[in-house]
Amino acid sequence: MRVHIDQEKCCGAGSCVLSAPEVFDQREEDGIVVLLDAEPPAGLHDAVHEAVAICPAAAISVEQADRAGRV
Amino acid sequence: MTTAERTEAEHDTGRGAGLTPLTPLTPLAVPATRAEGCPFDPAPGVERARREEPVTRATLWDGSTCWLVTRHQDVREVLGDPRFSADATRPGFPFLTAGGRELATVKPTFIRQDDPEHARLRRMLTAEFMVKKVEAMRPEVQRLADGLLDRMTAGRDSADLVAEFALPLPSLVICLLLGVPYDDHKFFQERSGLLLSLRSTAEEVRTAQEDLRRYLTRLAESKRRDPDDGIISRLVARGELDDEEVSSMGRLLLIAGHETTANMTALSTLALLRNPDQLKRLRADPSLVKGAVEELLRYLTIIHNGLPRVATEDVTIGGRTIRAGEGVLCTLNSANRDDGVFPGGDALDVGRDARRHIAFGFGVHQCLGQPLARVELQIAVETLLRRLPGLRLAIPFEDVRFRHDMGIYGVHALPVAW
Ligand code: SF4
Repeated sequence: MRVHIDQEKCCGAGSCVLSAPEVFDQREEDGIVVLLDAEPPAGLHDAVHEAVAICPAAAISVEQADRAGRV
Repeated sequence: MTTAERTEAEHDTGRGAGLTPLTPLTPLAVPATRAEGCPFDPAPGVERARREEPVTRATLWDGSTCWLVTRHQDVREVLGDPRFSADATRPGFPFLTAGGRELATVKPTFIRQDDPEHARLRRMLTAEFMVKKVEAMRPEVQRLADGLLDRMTAGRDSADLVAEFALPLPSLVICLLLGVPYDDHKFFQERSGLLLSLRSTAEEVRTAQEDLRRYLTRLAESKRRDPDDGIISRLVARGELDDEEVSSMGRLLLIAGHETTANMTALSTLALLRNPDQLKRLRADPSLVKGAVEELLRYLTIIHNGLPRVATEDVTIGGRTIRAGEGVLCTLNSANRDDGVFPGGDALDVGRDARRHIAFGFGVHQCLGQPLARVELQIAVETLLRRLPGLRLAIPFEDVRFRHDMGIYGVHALPVAW
């Protein structure tokens, strides 16, 4: 899985940080999302999908790996 | 909660219109009163609309009509789509009350603006409510909660939970954050009540708004001379806003910070007391508190009259074409009962994964203060249950006065004993 964020879209509500704190954080200066881990391990995939689903600004997207594990 | 969307309610002050029975030809009258039978449930007409005609026509208090969008997915689509504007000065914008229409004539805060102006202003506040920063406030919020309960229970075995705990807790916290003297709480709580009442006249709304505007503008001026480490001082110090603009942001945060968490706390307590099996589960396993707060947010959805938007282009939602210039109301409470997303959604279930609820709204206007609301609610619920094991309602449930007359739902008072 490869995670993408769009800081332009992010409105800083922080739901992603609550869902997957290992993957998402917020910038000190303005609370905008930062990506901590663009290729999180399988154990975090559900949490990342949840973050995508609840992000109010559609600022997070994921690419799934193909069978060979390439993203 | 949003600090931003929480205060959608600032405009969501609707005259309590009666409910017209829903037939295919009769548009639903909004704002509609919640169910007589179960005051935690959305208005019956709105529920019926979600099941039978999820995107339907509604009639507003002034006789104008708009669309009512009631399902979870459709509401998310509208609120997430920039072709639906939050700008109350656009023709066709649906107002829930005369007071709401009145407020649209004064310079709006960013909750009634669209991007890019909305984003510019909102981003001045996002750092203040980010998860890390708010989490760091836990010890302070806990200390305030304990202090209030110490006072409430000293030498007594009953009290009004709203007046002594549910309201002062978020009020103390937001005053601390903003740098507003808590000693003035009577003054701004009264004004914010008037702004949110469905019964206020346009004149009352104008006066309350003007009182708060003057109060906060004076406060901004004084912070310019004598800054502290509150949000108002930091907004002044940025130098991008004049005192009037700081004042209007401060007003938004002050009202939002009070009315939402206070009502969620009292209503959550009541909902748990009415669902003793759920209360028992929660007492037995306090690790459920975080999830239970999400479930309570979903189940109660206190922004209960719907969020207003106006289409700027023709857009199809749920198979219906909404034309440019037509108003839309997104009913968050019916969306949060949508069985397709929350099976058995009419029941309170503290073990449910309710994270997809949209009680804080959705889209770029979603509640900015939600990390703070969560921390306050988690602490309030956990502390109440832990410290008052015998907590019970001190009056018959039928005598509880629900806020059917307010843009933000809740109870006017909650007499409890322990
Ligand atoms: S949930 Fe979305 S909008 Fe909110 S902070 Fe995360 S990326 Fe930004």
